[in-house]
Amino acid sequence: MFDILSPAIVDLLIEATKATLYMVAVAGLIGTAIGLPLGVFLATSRSGELFAAPWLNHVLGLVVNAARSTPFIILVVAIIPFTRLIAGTSIGTSAAIVPLTVAAAPFIARLIEAAIREVDQGLVEAARAMGASPLQIVGKVLLPEALPAITLALTLAVVSLIGYSAMVGAVGGGGLGDLGIRFGYQRFMPEVMAAVVIVLILLVQAVQSAGDLLARHLDKRNRRG
Amino acid sequence: MNAPFSILPPPPEVARGTDVTPSTIRFEHVGKSYPARRGTPEVAALTDVDLAVPEGAILGVIGRSGAGKSTLIRLVNGLERATAGRIVVDGTDITALNEAGLRAARRSIGMIFQHFNLLARRTAYENVALPLEIAGVSARAIKERVEPLLDLVGLSDKRDRYPAELSGGQKQRVGIARALASRPRVLLSDEATSALDPETTNQILALLRKVNAELNLTVLLITHEMSVIKAVADRVAVLDGGRIVEEGPTYDLFARPQHPTTRSFIAAVAGSALPPYVAARLKDTPAPGGEALVRIVFTGDHATDPVLSRISRLLGVDVNIIQAQVDEIAGRPFGVIVVGIPNAPETVAAVLRSVEQLNLSAEVLGYV
Repeated sequence: MFDILSPAIVDLLIEATKATLYMVAVAGLIGTAIGLPLGVFLATSRSGELFAAPWLNHVLGLVVNAARSTPFIILVVAIIPFTRLIAGTSIGTSAAIVPLTVAAAPFIARLIEAAIREVDQGLVEAARAMGASPLQIVGKVLLPEALPAITLALTLAVVSLIGYSAMVGAVGGGGLGDLGIRFGYQRFMPEVMAAVVIVLILLVQAVQSAGDLLARHLDKRNRRG
Repeated sequence: MNAPFSILPPPPEVARGTDVTPSTIRFEHVGKSYPARRGTPEVAALTDVDLAVPEGAILGVIGRSGAGKSTLIRLVNGLERATAGRIVVDGTDITALNEAGLRAARRSIGMIFQHFNLLARRTAYENVALPLEIAGVSARAIKERVEPLLDLVGLSDKRDRYPAELSGGQKQRVGIARALASRPRVLLSDEATSALDPETTNQILALLRKVNAELNLTVLLITHEMSVIKAVADRVAVLDGGRIVEEGPTYDLFARPQHPTTRSFIAAVAGSALPPYVAARLKDTPAPGGEALVRIVFTGDHATDPVLSRISRLLGVDVNIIQAQVDEIAGRPFGVIVVGIPNAPETVAAVLRSVEQLNLSAEVLGYV
């Protein structure tokens, strides 16, 4: 497929792929660093649960819902002042990481919450009966038992981030989406657009396959002796 | 007729778990109610429960679904908190502890569960190690503790298997090993055999008996099956509507059940339910030329006596055996027999009198 692209375009494609991977990786890492503890808290703080704080749970739930219900392209524009504050600029690849992270963190939090809630409450009860503290229950029971589901959740989050990262191209972020818009669309170069789409498909495929494989390896529930 | 009784060994002198030993678990006027919520009034799960489990004994609490069994057992290790009364476990007032105190107390109270509650991503070995990890025991000390435990429950060859690779009985063995890891004085068994088939149930109950005897472990178990009580419990408490309606040594309860709930539980295992073709014809009043059905319970020293032939000979009464079953409860012979005798009131009275003279209990079930 690279035969029909000029060497200059191929270079651009490689650079754009790197930029996309960079944005997704950084936004994914920071988003997980925020979303994982937030998700654990959301899953364990309703009344009667390990870290019961129903009021805080409710407020955080509202904030997460608000962030999740804002269309990503609107979010990018709406938080430009915040992006400037953090990244010093609102244009470019690094600046794009800010809205990507802001979108990813609540999404990841909800996915982690769902994964943790899937863990059998009987296991929590057993751990409590052993004298485990709430933090030990999270560290030794909830997170390890939910790990396959968490792996799939993060895989889904990364796949979504790849899609979002293409959208930030529309507002001056770099990466594959930017390349596709500027060359494929604005300069009428359908082969560039096709190349961008193919690279995105390959990226998503690779991430999903790796995530599935890892989750299957971590899941010990369906083994038979 | 009496042959099955006479071949049994004489009953042991002393039953296990008598009242003289100190109690390891004591409930004193314990109540548990759930506060009223919008639309639902306050619910009393347990009311004025007094119960003592003697040291080293196995006490079984039996009740139907919703009787309050689960709540009762969860009060012992503070998974639920009592709203009235005191619960003293091994000298510690559980009801007075805060969360940190409870966590410490729970380490000397093991618990096993109906659905095993093993961690799916930990091997058998790692599951047994979990309570020790929680207690901050070193990896070396854990190894020294876990391996003999897996040996004790007969699972040394499965140490690196995940729960999904184990059968139900094997999973419960891991559960038992895990419950014993922190060397508890008390074991709580929450319907531990209810998810198992009868044969596996017997194996698990035998294992419970074994650890109870070898480790002098005090066991409180809850179940809805009288067969479990019969197989392992020294004492039994019957829970109905959140109250203990009857409590005592298992043998006595089988021999002389007082409460209707107890009777119906016993009927399911001790052969005291009549065969359907007899039960269908049973009437409250005698019919001319018919028979009175009398149930005689053979217990204790007299369980091996040739009672029926003696009655038949002394009273000159024809005795028609409708149903007979002999069993062993808490290691002592126990028999239930239902006989038909002529329904003349004086005959019935004479038979009941002579049975009672032998210190056995008898009752008229009805007439056919």
